[in-house]
Amino acid sequence: MSFRGYLRPDGSVGTRNYVAIIPTVVCAAGTARQISDNVKGTIPFLHNQGCALTPSDLEMVNRTQTNLGRNPNVAAVVLVSLGCDPIDIDGIAEGIAKSGKPVEKLTIQQVGGTIATVEKGSRIARQMVSDASRVEREEFDDSKLMFGAECGGSDTTSGLGSNPAIGAAFDILVKRGGRAVFSETTEFVGAEHLLARRAVTPAVGKQITDMVLRYEQRFLERGVDMRGTNPTKGNIEGGLTSIEEKSLGAISKGGTQTIQEIYEYGERPTKGGLSIVDGPGFDAPSLTALAAAGSNVILFSTGRGTPLGSPLVPVIKVTANAATYQKMNDNMDFYVDLARKENMGEIGAELYEECLSVASGKRTKAEILDQDRYNGLFVVGPLA
Amino acid sequence: MERKAIVLNSKDNVATALADLKAGDTVALEVDKKPVSVKLVNPIQFGHKFSLVNIKSGSTILKYGEVIGEATKDIKVGEHVHVHNVASTRGRGDVVKAAAK
Repeated sequence: MSFRGYLRPDGSVGTRNYVAIIPTVVCAAGTARQISDNVKGTIPFLHNQGCALTPSDLEMVNRTQTNLGRNPNVAAVVLVSLGCDPIDIDGIAEGIAKSGKPVEKLTIQQVGGTIATVEKGSRIARQMVSDASRVEREEFDDSKLMFGAECGGSDTTSGLGSNPAIGAAFDILVKRGGRAVFSETTEFVGAEHLLARRAVTPAVGKQITDMVLRYEQRFLERGVDMRGTNPTKGNIEGGLTSIEEKSLGAISKGGTQTIQEIYEYGERPTKGGLSIVDGPGFDAPSLTALAAAGSNVILFSTGRGTPLGSPLVPVIKVTANAATYQKMNDNMDFYVDLARKENMGEIGAELYEECLSVASGKRTKAEILDQDRYNGLFVVGPLA
Repeated sequence: MERKAIVLNSKDNVATALADLKAGDTVALEVDKKPVSVKLVNPIQFGHKFSLVNIKSGSTILKYGEVIGEATKDIKVGEHVHVHNVASTRGRGDVVKAAAK
C-alpha cells in the first residue's frame, strides 16, 4: 500500500507541506502569529512557555521545539524569539538545519519590535512558501508513515470501540514496517503490567512500570486523590469509574505489537516499530509530544467529542459513540459502530484506508475548521 | 437483535450498557458464549456498568478481565456499579495521608 507525500532532505516523508512559524517563547507568540496571518502556506505553533523554567524544563522545551521543526510535515521554519528569553534559539536552529531544512531566526529585541519583525519575517516566510510549493507529492510506501495516537474526552465507548480500532490500524502499520507512537502515562495507571509484558526486553518493561510509578508517586507524596483529576468529571459522567478502567481502555489504542522503546517528552524514537513517549494525559501538550516524535498522521479517539487538532499534523477524530458522531459530526472524521465490535480487524483496515487518504492530502475536519493553531508545550514545573 | 449490554471478559463481574436501560429490565447477555440474564435493580445509562453477581464490600471489580477498583459496599446483582459503590485503588494520596495521621 502507498500514499502520496512530500520527500524531505533527510529521507523522511511529510503528509503536509507547512512553513512553520515557531515562537521560542510566549512573548513572541503574537508576533509569530502575525507573520503567519500575512503568509498563506505557513502555520504558527503557538504556546505559552519559554521563560522562567527549571533547568530540566528548559532542556525539554528546547528539544521539543527542535523536534517540532524536524517533523516531516514541515518544509521550512521561521523561529521568532524575544531576545531576553533563556531558549537556545541557535541550538534549535542548528538541530532543525541538520535535517537539511531551511531555518531562519528573528529576535524581536534585535530587529526592533513587532512591526519590523513581522515585516522581515513575512518576507522570509513568503520566500520559504514559494520554495516549498515547488515540492510535489510523490508516491511512497506506507512504511514511511508514522502514526500517533491520542485519546481525549473519553467515555466507555473509547475503550470499547475507538481505541481498539486505532490499535488495529497501528497493528497494520507496524506489521508493514511503519512506525507508531502512543503516550499519556497517566492513562497507563492500572494497565502498566499489560504494557510491560509487550516490551521488547525486560529492561524496557521495567521502564514502563517505573514511569507509571513515578507519576503515581506524585499523588501519594502530596496526599491527594488522583480521582480529582483522572478520570475527569466528563469521564465519570460517561460511565468510567476509575483510572484503572480508563487506562485499560486507553492502552488498546497502542495495538498489540511489541513495544520497542520508551523515550522522554519532546524526543524522537531511535528504533522502528511501536514506541511510547512518556507524556501527560492532557490532550493538547500530548499532541505536541506526538508531533515532536515525528508523527505524520495522528489518530484521536474520543467518546464525548472534541474539536482539537494539531498545528503540524493532520488529526483524524475517531468515535464509537453514536450520539457524539451525530451531534458533533462537524468535528468527527470516522465512526466505529459498536455493533461490529467483533470485526475490529476489518474496522481497523477501513480506518487505515482513511489514514492513507488523509496522508495523501484529504483534509481532516480539525484542519478544515481551523482548530489546529494551539497545542502548547508541556512543562513539569518546580514541584516535580 | 441489538445488544443491550456487553461483557468483555469471562472473568468480569460487571457488564457495560450499550443503551439506556430501565430498572426492572431483564438484560440478555453472553458470557463465554453462554447466555446469562440479569434483572436490573437501577436504571443504567448508556456506557455505565451493572453487576452480574452479588459483590461483597472490599472485593475487586473486574472489567476487561482486569481489576478496575474495589467495592466500597455490598453490591447486588443488577445494581449500578460506579463511583458511589466502587473506589479506585491507585493514585490514592488521600488514603496515604489519612493513614499517616
